Amino acid sequence: MLEIAVGIILGCCALGAGTAMIAGIGPGIGEGNAVAKACEAIGRQPESKGDVTSTMLMGCAIAETTGLYALVVAILLLFVAPGIFIDILISTIG
Amino acid sequence: MNKISRRFKIIDILLIILMVLPILSCIVIKVVTTPLKEGIVISGASIFFTIKMPFQDLPITESQINSLAVIISILCLCLYLTHGIRDGVWLKRHHFAEIIVEMSKKMVSNNMGDYFISFAPFIVAIIGLSAFSSLVTLFGLYPPTSDLNIVAGWAILVFVLITYFKMKCGPIEYAKSFANPVLMAPLNVISEVATPISMAFRHYGNVLSGSVISVLVASALGGLSKMVFGFLPGFLGDIPFLQVGIPAILSVYFDIFSGCLQAYIFAMLTMMYVSGGFPYELYMQRKKCDV
Repeated sequence: MLEIAVGIILGCCALGAGTAMIAGIGPGIGEGNAVAKACEAIGRQPESKGDVTSTMLMGCAIAETTGLYALVVAILLLFVAPGIFIDILISTIG
Repeated sequence: MNKISRRFKIIDILLIILMVLPILSCIVIKVVTTPLKEGIVISGASIFFTIKMPFQDLPITESQINSLAVIISILCLCLYLTHGIRDGVWLKRHHFAEIIVEMSKKMVSNNMGDYFISFAPFIVAIIGLSAFSSLVTLFGLYPPTSDLNIVAGWAILVFVLITYFKMKCGPIEYAKSFANPVLMAPLNVISEVATPISMAFRHYGNVLSGSVISVLVASALGGLSKMVFGFLPGFLGDIPFLQVGIPAILSVYFDIFSGCLQAYIFAMLTMMYVSGGFPYELYMQRKKCDV
């Protein structure tokens, strides 16, 4: 019985981590848009390349934040949560 | 033209030794304390020992030791670059130090305005500490920036600075800045608290995800090469040929480019938040009235 319970915990943690990383779609689309617009801007005004590039990197980093939240949640679910949940399970069974 | 005296040379060599020694000692500590493990393991910073404290024990971890070593190294690097600069600029490295100082002043005055020009050393310290902390992976050490505690410490420092500069016109103005439309006040408070959290998570998540992905790719390549080259006789079948070189390409992006980029972004965000939160015109008006 305990094996099944531990298996369910590990499996659900892995599923949750995988589901959390769906959030990676958002920053991907957003950063793609940002880089496309930056390329257009450089094509129109090649002399402003330095400014456009640094602003674009800045914006990309901020757009990435939501994806990184998802990543932190996924990493916590993969490496930290199973141990805590299994401890709780064992302490309740006694 | 000044002449390099013997004492000057000895101090130079001493500084170079002090620059390299912390990193070397960290490598030695890592080699001595890491137990032999089979396969590739993803783990956090290892705890060396814990100090007994009244409320909670204080663990001394690898990331703390590494970040202290990086701090000492950077200090000695700065002393080395500016050694003898009091007699005028007469060595190549003095020019290098001047370039760093001028670039930092230019960056700060471009992004924050001339009122904050005294922030230049702080910003460069953040960039240098963050970049070298991430680059320490090149020596095989655990990067301090992939530990949330270290980066959260920096982010809290920045948060204190932001709040200090927002409070410059008194606490009433500070409270007013939240209730710009009154209904939005709770959301504004949440976004204020979210600033240090997002800064810390951004830096830590980028560095940590890079190392996790590198480890996963390396282990996958090990399995693949066992499958492809497993038919070779004897010990030749055990050599992971595919692991040679290919993870290094990833490392160029994740360790070098991403580490330096995150350092730049952390410093840029610091500059933007601190100068953006400061009510410059109001402060100047009041200062004029007081005089």
